[in-house]
Amino acid sequence: MDIFRLPRKDVITLALFSIVVLTMPIWLAPLGAAYPGLMQQFAIFAIFAVGFNILFGLTGYLSFGHAAFLGVGSYTAVWSFKLLTMDAIPALIFAIIMSGVFALAIGFVSLRRSGIYFSILTLAFAQMSYNLAYSVLTPITNGETALQLTSQDPRIIDMMFRDRLAGLPSPSLLGTSLGGYGGFYLCAAILLVVFFIAQKIFTSPFGMQLRAIKSNQTRMSYTGFNTRPYTLAAFVISGMYAGLAGGLLAVTDPLAGAERMQWTASGEVVLMTILGGVGTLLGPVIGAWLIKYMENIFSAFNARILADLFSWLPDGVQDGVVLVSSKFVGEGWKLTEGLVFVLVVVFLPGGIMEGTRRIKSLFGARRANRSASKEQLSTTAAE
Amino acid sequence: MSDFKRRYGRRRVIQGGLAGILATGVSPLILSRGAWAQEFCNAPTGDTVTLGFNVPQTGAYADEGADELRAYELAVEHLNGEGDGGLIPHFSSDTLTGNGILGKRVEYVTGDTQTQSDPARESARRMIERDGAVMITGGSSSGVAVAVQSLCQDMGIIFMSALTHSNDTTGKDKRRYGFRHFFNAYQSGVGLGPQLGQAYGNQRRAYHLTADYTWGWTQEESMIAATEALGWETVEAVRTPVGAGDFSQYITPVLNSGADVLILNHYGFDGVNSLTQAVQFGLKDRQANGQDFQLVLPLVSDLMAAGAGEAMQGVYGTSNWYWSQPDEASQAFTASFGARWGSPPSQAAHTSYVQTLLYADAVERAGTFYPPEVIRALEDFEFDGMGNGPTLYRGSDHQCFKDVLVVQGKETPSNQYDLLEVVSTASRESVTYDPEIFGGELGPYEPNMCA
Repeated sequence: MDIFRLPRKDVITLALFSIVVLTMPIWLAPLGAAYPGLMQQFAIFAIFAVGFNILFGLTGYLSFGHAAFLGVGSYTAVWSFKLLTMDAIPALIFAIIMSGVFALAIGFVSLRRSGIYFSILTLAFAQMSYNLAYSVLTPITNGETALQLTSQDPRIIDMMFRDRLAGLPSPSLLGTSLGGYGGFYLCAAILLVVFFIAQKIFTSPFGMQLRAIKSNQTRMSYTGFNTRPYTLAAFVISGMYAGLAGGLLAVTDPLAGAERMQWTASGEVVLMTILGGVGTLLGPVIGAWLIKYMENIFSAFNARILADLFSWLPDGVQDGVVLVSSKFVGEGWKLTEGLVFVLVVVFLPGGIMEGTRRIKSLFGARRANRSASKEQLSTTAAE
Repeated sequence: MSDFKRRYGRRRVIQGGLAGILATGVSPLILSRGAWAQEFCNAPTGDTVTLGFNVPQTGAYADEGADELRAYELAVEHLNGEGDGGLIPHFSSDTLTGNGILGKRVEYVTGDTQTQSDPARESARRMIERDGAVMITGGSSSGVAVAVQSLCQDMGIIFMSALTHSNDTTGKDKRRYGFRHFFNAYQSGVGLGPQLGQAYGNQRRAYHLTADYTWGWTQEESMIAATEALGWETVEAVRTPVGAGDFSQYITPVLNSGADVLILNHYGFDGVNSLTQAVQFGLKDRQANGQDFQLVLPLVSDLMAAGAGEAMQGVYGTSNWYWSQPDEASQAFTASFGARWGSPPSQAAHTSYVQTLLYADAVERAGTFYPPEVIRALEDFEFDGMGNGPTLYRGSDHQCFKDVLVVQGKETPSNQYDLLEVVSTASRESVTYDPEIFGGELGPYEPNMCA
């Protein structure tokens, strides 16, 4: 079918990406990250970042409030668990729809402005949503305590088929439990699907129009092209990606807290995208993985682990090294994150993807040089 | 040949084959049922056992978290037979010998909850799924404790909560796998009420500032119930976000509200900030309704008293434990902690340490790490020698019942650690309540397998 067709280069990317994602439990093991909890996070935040990149990477509109949609998705999914059924499918569908509606409303207002004003507007809306969730709508969101399942939830659809069991139910997919690796493979499969959709958007005429808006919106308007519907569509699509990610967060761990909507969470996805490479398909995914890895693994290092790590050093030196490095791990992991971010932005403005491109072109240039000199040799020989 | 055919026809072969397959499939289930029962999440197999310490290292309760971590390290040392043994010789149960837990050496992993539910659950999952922790303990912030407790129930891992004071932890949100040694807001109200009545009379108008989450909500409810029972009037109860930092916008309206008591349902840095700012606004020297204005901090720790400094002087509150308690066990723990870390332990440190020892002892008494057996060993366990006098771990809600200390900020501290004075004790009988009043359901004993 035509809609599933991709350029050959993209098919190869997708195939390699699928292999990398599905073999995570193997290649993450030596890095100490091969446990379901973190791998689920990797897949979910990759979805979030890929979606964010559809807006920021293609149209250049920098939204500082995307975490609001993530939160809306989570709350919707948990309410679907509470009211309807513990099955993941309705929860995810409702999460996508609700976040799409929110994105439509917020985007409709915010997209009347561009540049810094747009960013500030989205930030303001996100902060409003956060405050609503935190202290105003507490009957719906349960505020700081976070929305959780209880054994007394109605769960109308589930109750029609089976009796209430002792204890809390956990989310499932058509009867299969989604704990641990089951949850990871669901998230991974969805990541691959939405990555494919993102690839389609990038190569489609729609994607081209979005890029044109990014390069010069005024010129687009002068050619008689109304840009607003296109930016709004991009905004809603990326909001739905965020809602899907939020829904998956609730599926893998049925709890939704207001802190998911805080501006720091919105800032995090911006960091992920910039760190990996804005406007590239793989960049945001890599950025998301890097930040989640630092957040979960570096923050768990304590002085004892460091002492073991550096036990090969002589005694006095070891203490010194442990003392210095302990400032960058454990509670100080954000310092490391900040340093990495500064280094990347200063030396690789295009993110990690630019780094890989540079390495590639370095090899490419060498090969080109070699073939050029060979040619020269052969021509001289012919003379 | 025909004889063979008749005896082993197609049908019989298939029937026999199916019966054989079924038998091989089912027999392990029947023969080894006892062995299956012992299979559970993170069953310790080697000669070590791993405990997970999940404490706030950043956020509004970071001070408490740091002190909890010190206490956990001390508890691990004592369980492994290092140091002076701390409370182990004083503990009424004598199963702990300094030989680890069930002969296995105790190892530990740590995580940062950031005082928020999401990161707390993420780090708990890391400790369970990657590091193989067989028990999670920690907390500070009831929101976090409730969130992690339900995660632990899902994964079949026992959660020994440390500093969590909300009624919900062992009330509405109680779990079979969650246990709390710390007291709760209801007990604070019952303990503090009579003292407030005696000190400030029963013609008072109270204004509440409340941390906006489960702990604050239940603390406010319990304090309103306790003070209105005295005949006090509640003027208003205002919710403030956790980690607000600046409380001046909430304190200004208090001045003209007609209230003459300000009750601060805050803890950690929030409590320090709101109390200090209330004093800076001159509330302590104020007169209202012809009486001296008073401040009350229902849940107070020595870390907060140290942070608030002079502002704390004369202010009433309640504590789970205080290091200057005269009993032998408290003194031994204070000495042991002081020798290791150079400062007296806070109530957060004390409850963390005690919870770790209680878990280790329950495993020893159960003779296995299998959670349902450990839970049964903890339920309705009566013990002494942990610094709180005779204590009961009630089976119906997993709440500890013991005396509650009513404390007051000292007017003239003799040294930098001598900040609170225990003015009275509410007896264990007086703070015991019917578990039904908070509802909730413990859930099943049978463990879920983690991935």
